[in-house]
Amino acid sequence: MIHEPRRADSNVAGGSDAGRRLSEGGLNLKPSGRVHVPDSLDAGSPGRAVGEASVADPVFSCRDVSVFYGAKQALKGVTIDVARRQVLAAIGPSGCGKSTFLRCLNRMNDTIPGARVTGTITLDGRDIYSKRQDVAQLRARIGMVFQKPNPFPKSIYDNVAYGPRIHKLTRSRTDLDELVFTSLARAGLWDEVKDRLGSLAIGLSGGQQQRLCIARALAVQPEVILMDEPCSALDPIATAHVEDLIEQLRASYAIVIVTHSMQQAARVSQRTAYFYMGQLIEVGDTDRVFTNPQHRLTEDYITGRFG
Amino acid sequence: MSSAEAFARHLAGQRLRERIFRASTLAAAILLLLLLGGVVVSLLHGAWPAFDRFRLAFITQDVWNPVTNRYGALSAIYGTVVTSVLAMILALPVSFGIAVFLTELAPPWLKRPVGVAIELLAAIPSIIFGIWGLFVLAPVLQESVEPWIDGHLGKLPLVGALFQGAPYGIGFLTAGIVLAIMIIPFISAVIRDVFDTVPDVLKESGYGLGATTWEVIWKVVVPYSRSGMIGGIMLGLGRALGETMAVTFVIGNAHQISASLLAPGTTISAAIANEFTEATTPLYTSSLIALGVLLFVITFAVIAAARLMLLRLGRRGLASV
Ligand SMILES: Nc1ncnc2c1ncn2[C@@H]1O[C@H](COP(=O)(O)OP(=O)(O)O)[C@@H](O)[C@H]1O
Ligand SMILES: [Mg+2]
Repeated sequence: MIHEPRRADSNVAGGSDAGRRLSEGGLNLKPSGRVHVPDSLDAGSPGRAVGEASVADPVFSCRDVSVFYGAKQALKGVTIDVARRQVLAAIGPSGCGKSTFLRCLNRMNDTIPGARVTGTITLDGRDIYSKRQDVAQLRARIGMVFQKPNPFPKSIYDNVAYGPRIHKLTRSRTDLDELVFTSLARAGLWDEVKDRLGSLAIGLSGGQQQRLCIARALAVQPEVILMDEPCSALDPIATAHVEDLIEQLRASYAIVIVTHSMQQAARVSQRTAYFYMGQLIEVGDTDRVFTNPQHRLTEDYITGRFG
Repeated sequence: MSSAEAFARHLAGQRLRERIFRASTLAAAILLLLLLGGVVVSLLHGAWPAFDRFRLAFITQDVWNPVTNRYGALSAIYGTVVTSVLAMILALPVSFGIAVFLTELAPPWLKRPVGVAIELLAAIPSIIFGIWGLFVLAPVLQESVEPWIDGHLGKLPLVGALFQGAPYGIGFLTAGIVLAIMIIPFISAVIRDVFDTVPDVLKESGYGLGATTWEVIWKVVVPYSRSGMIGGIMLGLGRALGETMAVTFVIGNAHQISASLLAPGTTISAAIANEFTEATTPLYTSSLIALGVLLFVITFAVIAAARLMLLRLGRRGLASV
């Protein structure tokens, strides 16, 4: 049974919407601390996670989203909203489907032969998997930052200018210069690279490369930024840099970040979604999820019992 | 005999076998170098009388006259270059398309059959291409394609001269087409392999910025794999330059330089293959060997350049993993 919430500290759980909903649903409250049995997962009906899956006026709204790679189902009936001007962290053990979830949101899974997505995902109320949706246009509205810094084998300037150029976002060279400047500045990289915009991006340090990739994504003027373990290849100082950056970007963008570090999720996000074996187990305010997880599996993960 | 002694003898035997094994592989490697050296030396030795007699004129003069015993390789060099360049121009876009299709667009179930078909095409002996070129392609070109080219493209300003003339069916154009078909498998296989070295995550960054497949290929994949692509193209060029049998069938074997692609001509390798049995005088034979030296030098330079390019790609590929 996956919808089995753990025993919650009654005054906290009772005070939250989720807690009330759960009690009203008449679900069993059992003592926590049992060793979890993975086999029991598949018995549950997918689609309803513990916690607060929906928000008012969401950017993304995912309903019963499943993803198959060939015959293998990597995501099982995930229903979740992504709020505006907020960071949503996706956590969970390796292979649980975090990246798969992220890659649904900009249809990056389309590039994988044999991948299939079911359910509905809307961006600002529009179905992004509808036949009429232009995939390139969709992706242009969504910035993506990957695990390993992966600048193009071009100059720093050309990396940032890549998106604006293919989408013809600027009319003149001065406009383009301006956009490159603001993007690099927003990514906190301008001061470090302003004297060598023409040199190859590969020459930058790992942390600088990752911020360059963020600048490259910002240059397309996206509404949402997706980040897949953006700091896992970075040292602690570079990581702190990127986390500060995320904190600043949150003012203007919706951000979904996949991370294997619970500390990072706690530091940078306002909402946290816990995935396990392709299912969304629990989602809610980060503070609440970390201090008072309602599902036993979430608690097991957060307290380090496994994962 | 104690067991320790037996073990010591066993070890000694093992060492001996190992030494023999090493020595024989070294010998094989040295043999290869000796053979290569031998080929170069005997080529130069055989070509010496011709080079000594004609000096630079051997490569600057357009005469090939067994009656007066005067030989200049210019027409053969010209034919070699023209047919190879023509083949490259025809083969490149097709190979590029095949490689793009195979790496980016083909559904998985189609990838293998197309890949295998390309390898099969590469396995067809060149004489088959020659026969096909002469008996199937040449008549078609002569009856329908070349008259059209002459009538339409021949009237163009500046480049018109390339397309004028009587339709023989055999000549530079036919040789170029046959060569193109022969090198397409090579070039597309190399380009495909080079494209495969582009990290997925780099392509995904392109897609993630909203690039179309075309934009990802043109602005991410091609720049990343440029030197590898040039290497592959040069390998194909090396093959086209040296190809003998198929070209001999369809080039027309005329020692002449003409502006028109429809005219017959000859190439270095076709001339050698055609005329070696007829070479009656020592100078004639020596001139043909000298042609061989020229081809050796040209092909060696092209292939060395190609290897260098691929090497550079390999190094960068490793560095970026
Ligand atoms: N391209 C793919 N083809 C087949 N299976 C895949 C592919 N990508 C991911 N998977 C599988 O889907 C599951 C979820 O993967 P992923 O979303 O990458 O997990 P996470 O990012 O949480 O580590 C894993 O079991 C993984 O093996
Ligand atoms: Mg992942």
